[in-house]
Amino acid sequence: MQFTSLIISNVEVSPGYWRMRMTAPPECASAQPGQFMMVRVNGAIDPLLRRPFGIFDVGTHVPAQSGANSQPYLEMLYRVVGKGTAMLATLHETDLLDVLAPLGKGFDLGEVEEEKLIVGGGVGLAPLYLLAKELVATSKVRLFAGGRTRDDILCITEFERLGVECYTATEDGSLGERGLVTEALVRRLDELQGKATIYACGPHGMLNAVAGIAAKRDIPCQVSLEGYMACGVGACLGCVAPGHTHSPETPDFRCVCTDGPVFESGELKWRD
Amino acid sequence: MTTTMKSAMKPDMTVNLAGIPLRNPVMTASGTFGYGQEFAQYVDLETIGAFVTKGLSLNPRAGNPTPRIVETPGGMLNAIGLQNVGIEAFIAKKVPFLRTVKTPAIANFFGNTVDEYAEMTRRLDEIPEVAGLEINISCPNVKHGGIVFGTDPDSAASVVSACRAATKKPLIVKLSPNVTDVVVMAKACEAAGADALSLINTLTGMAIDLNKRRPVLANITGGFSGPAIKPIALRMVWQVAKAVKLPIIGIGGIMNATDALEFMLAGATAVQVGTASFINPGAAQTIAEDMEAWLIANGVADIKSLIGALET
Repeated sequence: MQFTSLIISNVEVSPGYWRMRMTAPPECASAQPGQFMMVRVNGAIDPLLRRPFGIFDVGTHVPAQSGANSQPYLEMLYRVVGKGTAMLATLHETDLLDVLAPLGKGFDLGEVEEEKLIVGGGVGLAPLYLLAKELVATSKVRLFAGGRTRDDILCITEFERLGVECYTATEDGSLGERGLVTEALVRRLDELQGKATIYACGPHGMLNAVAGIAAKRDIPCQVSLEGYMACGVGACLGCVAPGHTHSPETPDFRCVCTDGPVFESGELKWRD
Repeated sequence: MTTTMKSAMKPDMTVNLAGIPLRNPVMTASGTFGYGQEFAQYVDLETIGAFVTKGLSLNPRAGNPTPRIVETPGGMLNAIGLQNVGIEAFIAKKVPFLRTVKTPAIANFFGNTVDEYAEMTRRLDEIPEVAGLEINISCPNVKHGGIVFGTDPDSAASVVSACRAATKKPLIVKLSPNVTDVVVMAKACEAAGADALSLINTLTGMAIDLNKRRPVLANITGGFSGPAIKPIALRMVWQVAKAVKLPIIGIGGIMNATDALEFMLAGATAVQVGTASFINPGAAQTIAEDMEAWLIANGVADIKSLIGALET
């Protein structure tokens, strides 16, 4: 659905990364982990298109002034990468945003009691917090957060507060292990000997590696994809990803916005 | 009494598009509205004039690799590559929805050869839910078909003649702006038996990533659309309207009712809303409502009186 949202807060949580909380209609209170929103940065024609963001959190906003009604809120975690996100970072409390949400197909919460391994790269953590929040109710949850430097490891404290055990890895060694977070994931999978479900969001290279690890061990794995999209509702066909049977002769393209953004990793075609 | 007064003031928004009666002139542009159903939760389809399907072909098409889309100031480039479900899946999976909607559905289609265009016309002619056909001879993003036929008047005429022979349904030809003189193309299509012309399709453009020293789109070039192209589209509609007798559908960067009404003054009988639907899925409905409000505010009783009413 399309609605006008009032910004409640917009703060920089790490250099270049922002977290925004905004009011939402009651229908958004039941947004699923992994669903996303399309945000129009302003009413002008530059930037022209909406920007897609994973839903970081959903909750109930209780206004400070007495007598005001409480209202659902949505949160998004975003990285300033270009003109649109730079403009978003200049917005303040009480500014208005035009939002389409909740969109897309979210995560399947999987088998209760199996250990849940969440893998996030940089701002890929965005849709994983709401997921972790739901998973901790029934399962042991571990987070594997990776990035180039410590600045790319976001909101770990929030995950820890949920009772999630967090592993971090950075390419420069500035936080946690030096290297790729998938190495810690593999070690944990070795310990568990196969009983787990993996959830991942992050750069395509990381997802490719995680999907490969899951396939090799025959472990269920869901990935949340990013895509360049104009509409978010399945019309522009800009954001497609090749499905596992895709070939030029037998096209099998999935829309990230409506068939995803969350896919079983086995549904998609990966590089070997 | 009051009711009578009010209804008397309600302007006549209907137009006739080559035999297709439209409740108002607002249509959706091919490739921006799926097959209609995708937008049903955002647009009351009974409030717009007509909608146009994603371009259809005989066989399903995979389309181009990604990135397929990039935004530029005031516009966007796309190189989807005519990804579509193909005619068989259209009939099996998409047509049943068309049956539930009273609003006319126009099928946009293309082929790789003149024979394929004719075959597609025959197939679409058999579908009662399809009110009219829009021939795409102007897609800039595929190697065969599409724009090959859209930039040469003789090729365009041969496609239109072949399609004309295969259907009595209203036949709209969608023109490319990527030509030296759009009027030459328009006249060729009129002479070959087209019932209406829609223009403009996207302009060929490109975007470059300086740091990567690479084109942004995997296809290198793409079709440019959005508000940035409106002045070009208005000019072409105006030129073509003066040169042909066919009704014209104005397309190009229409974001609001003002834009749409300007196209009508330039000579358009109807308009298509494209990129705007990506930004606001309800754009077509809003534009139709706002056009009516403008007519009321300006005491215009019949929207048809605006067609080609530009004073120069």
